[in-house]
Amino acid sequence: MHALLTSKWTKVAVFLLCLIPFSLLVWRGSTNGLGANPVEFIQLTTGDWTLNFLVLTLCITPFRKLLKLPDLIRFRRMLGLFAFFYVCLHFLTYLGPDQSFSLTSMLKDVAKRPFITVGFTGFLLLLPLALTSTAGWIRRLGGRRWNMLHRAIYLAAICGVIHYYWKVKSDVRMPLFYGALVAILLLWRLGDWFFKGRSASGARLSPQHIPANPAQ
Amino acid sequence: MLFRKAPDLTYADVTPKAVYLDRRKFLQAMGLAGATAVAGKNLFELAMPSQTALAATKFGDLVKSPFSTTEKVNSFEDVTHYNNFYEFGTDKSDPAKNAQKFNTSNWVVSVEGDVAKPRKFTMDEILKIAPLEERIYRHRCVEAWSIVVPWIGFSFSNLVKLVEPTPKAQFVAFQSYYDSRQMPQGRWAGIEFPYVEGLRMDEAMNPLTLLCVGMYGESLPNQDGAPVRMVIPWKYGFKGIKSLVKIKFQSKMPPTTWNLAASSEYGFYSNVNPNVDHPRWSQATERRLGEIFKRKTLMFNGYSDQVASIYSGMDLKKYY
Repeated sequence: MHALLTSKWTKVAVFLLCLIPFSLLVWRGSTNGLGANPVEFIQLTTGDWTLNFLVLTLCITPFRKLLKLPDLIRFRRMLGLFAFFYVCLHFLTYLGPDQSFSLTSMLKDVAKRPFITVGFTGFLLLLPLALTSTAGWIRRLGGRRWNMLHRAIYLAAICGVIHYYWKVKSDVRMPLFYGALVAILLLWRLGDWFFKGRSASGARLSPQHIPANPAQ
Repeated sequence: MLFRKAPDLTYADVTPKAVYLDRRKFLQAMGLAGATAVAGKNLFELAMPSQTALAATKFGDLVKSPFSTTEKVNSFEDVTHYNNFYEFGTDKSDPAKNAQKFNTSNWVVSVEGDVAKPRKFTMDEILKIAPLEERIYRHRCVEAWSIVVPWIGFSFSNLVKLVEPTPKAQFVAFQSYYDSRQMPQGRWAGIEFPYVEGLRMDEAMNPLTLLCVGMYGESLPNQDGAPVRMVIPWKYGFKGIKSLVKIKFQSKMPPTTWNLAASSEYGFYSNVNPNVDHPRWSQATERRLGEIFKRKTLMFNGYSDQVASIYSGMDLKKYY
């Protein structure tokens, strides 16, 4: 398992898997497969995949500990960056087709509509995380501060779920499903922190699990 | 890349037997062609044998209506595969899949309440109430998208006159068919069924208000509200109740489904109004299906000339 998880090729395979939703969109777009409302289809799909990747990213730490597979950390940054990739597409379809690329009309909309406000907040929260995702930034900030900063993903995921919940008209099954997943993943962290104390949460940051090699 | 291509469909493209015997494939081809209603009708006549299994009734000799818009009609594919019909599921693509087996035979519409002549109408009787017209209306959904549809039907007022409402009748209440066995997805919709809607009497009597039995030259597909529905083009789409089974004339304002679900978001009137936003999104603009950028929404969906006067003196921000 260690060999598999640390193989370069596994990383390449996971990268390609993460690109599948995007490739499907491109393929559908080039074959008239986006339905009657292509903009909406892209918005909903990229929104779904943002949440999927946020949840997958949040799964890494619990799975590492519960399954005793510390090597899973090698995929966390990639999954987080894919969440950012899909949220960027999601945001661009809003800024472009919905707001005609007008920043003023977008900001007005952000201020006026709570479901947009909370979605935009989630997007802004992910921005510094993507920018500081490199090994260089981990060194510059130091493990403890870097880790503090990256806890913003908890808030971003909550924002994403609220954004989705407030967006739907009446069928709240999917937003509740994502809400449950995020709640479980965050409550697990709370429990982990509560029962194991600070030493355990420190162990999560132990140097051997932080990629020291910038090329990695 | 994102736009529908419009391959040049020729007679040769639609006449191969394999294609014209398979109605669904044909409809897909037509959707891709972005065929206009007129072209669509002609193609139907060329390509549709009347004995196909899923055959819809074709309506001939439709009266052209002065209320029709000259705007580009959306494709049949779009109008039949992008539906809000929550009884059959909440995803836009659900009704096209889940409504295929919906049984609409022996349909009866009961008309009751404050009328001198309450009665039940079969579909055959409904079709004989008045000459069928084709009305190409703009259709604006509360979700800020819009389409242009060549509906078939006649002014609802024709039916009203037959049953002779009494002076007590100030409102009309409508009710949809609901059967949880035929519509199992409905239990997840998050709204109460049977779906109910309503109009004020003067709204119901406005000639624009359409009792609709078809579209694109044929009877209504199940996912679009077969076999008979209401179309009120100056109101948000959800006011146009589908698969209608009951019409009741009454003195009190009737409850309406979306108002019951979220009264701060959906009012009884629900007139298309770019100046009154839905709490969660703007109603100032809309996306016409087939377009990328949004266009401005028109007051009363562009039907001010016909309907603005019936709301004169009313605060439309209060009575949204």
